[in-house]
Amino acid sequence: MIAIIDYGMGNLYSVSQALERMDYEYCISSDEETIRSASGVILPGVGTFGDAMLELKRRNLIDVIRDIALCEGKPLLGICLGMQLLFTSSEEYGYHQGLHLLPGHVKRFVGDFNIPHMGWNDLRFHSPHPLLRSVEEGAVYFVHSYHVFPDNPDDILAVTDYHGEVTAIVGRNKIFGMQFHPEKSGDTGEHLLKNFAHLCCKREVAVG
Amino acid sequence: MIKKRIIPCLDVKDGRVVKGVSFLNLRDAGDPVELATQYDQVGADEVVFLDISASQEGRGTMVEVVRQAAGQLRIPFTVGGGIRDTEDMYQLLRAGADKISVNTAALLDPSLIEDGARRFGSQCMVVAIDACWMDDRDDWFVFTHGGQKKTDWRVVDWAQEAVRRGAGEILLTSMDQDGQKNGFDLPLTQAVASSVRVPVIASGGAGTMEHFVEVFHETSAAAALAASIFHYGEIKVNELKATLREEGVAIR
Repeated sequence: MIAIIDYGMGNLYSVSQALERMDYEYCISSDEETIRSASGVILPGVGTFGDAMLELKRRNLIDVIRDIALCEGKPLLGICLGMQLLFTSSEEYGYHQGLHLLPGHVKRFVGDFNIPHMGWNDLRFHSPHPLLRSVEEGAVYFVHSYHVFPDNPDDILAVTDYHGEVTAIVGRNKIFGMQFHPEKSGDTGEHLLKNFAHLCCKREVAVG
Repeated sequence: MIKKRIIPCLDVKDGRVVKGVSFLNLRDAGDPVELATQYDQVGADEVVFLDISASQEGRGTMVEVVRQAAGQLRIPFTVGGGIRDTEDMYQLLRAGADKISVNTAALLDPSLIEDGARRFGSQCMVVAIDACWMDDRDDWFVFTHGGQKKTDWRVVDWAQEAVRRGAGEILLTSMDQDGQKNGFDLPLTQAVASSVRVPVIASGGAGTMEHFVEVFHETSAAAALAASIFHYGEIKVNELKATLREEGVAIR
């Protein structure tokens, strides 16, 4: 069972339907026990960073998510804003602390070009990883005005190019993030989600 | 590099596709979700559902269509037609739409764009503009009510105003070219695309693959939209994308 965290931010339905089409069991929940009992967790998110942290805090989910990722070592996938929340802080409308599961900071795109970065853009993989297994370096669907600068370059699994290099997929141990929307990204997105779901359903500890 | 997008548009009335669909092997040619799913599978980058229902009941049906579409589609989709306030937007976004397109309602009350952008984000606010060239004024003007009523807005001015108020994308339809199959209105498209910092979707006039090549080579449009040429199979989305790729257009 994969738990999709419902904290009032984002398009849970599309993510859940993607899992449904691939025949993975899932639940949509904000309940601590339900989330803790899942074999993996998806943290979606659309909206602003500060609001999202506030909503997680209001539902007492911050420690739950940190526990699941750090102590229990279950797979966690942040999608879009959900990926940004994994990091230390964001400058979106002020300064906000994130979940700090991965060190790094979220900053706004700066430059004389279209913001948000919206549309289909190519992935470039940095290094082999179970999450990327058999996935082709295709285009996926991005919509974002802020992007992540991980402190540790090894945490970057894939990038895209939008007036410079943009972090697209991150991963350390079993903590993962995708800046784009895999549930809206055709075959490539579906494949990546399937790989994540597969990691959740594997019983043994994945070799890093 | 960000890809140019190909977007089929489906006119939906009371939950059914209005314009005939003759090329696909569909169980139900009037089912918007089945049709959109086919487009997803042949490589469409996005789909637009335009609700042309006249009645309240028809609009209610659209929410259900959106919900089903969100369950099936693996690509983003936009819903437009008859959206009057942020509550209408909320219903459709909650049902799973990625973007909302507003046209007449935004001209009647431009603050609708700001309200929508503030509540849901600019990324899901599309402003659709119906543009017509006026010889006597030597410029394009914005029309409302499905092209029935002329406004005093020059197209470029209104596009800039819409973006200033929070529009994240402009869906630009040339009334002069629409249905003519003579090609997109390149000067209009470039005039708007070069004056705003958001993606512009060119619409109206596509008849051949060459027209798509043209609009991407000669303007900075981010996407091109068409309806019947796709529905009637005159142009197949997968073949179109292969052609565009050969012509050096960045395509998914």
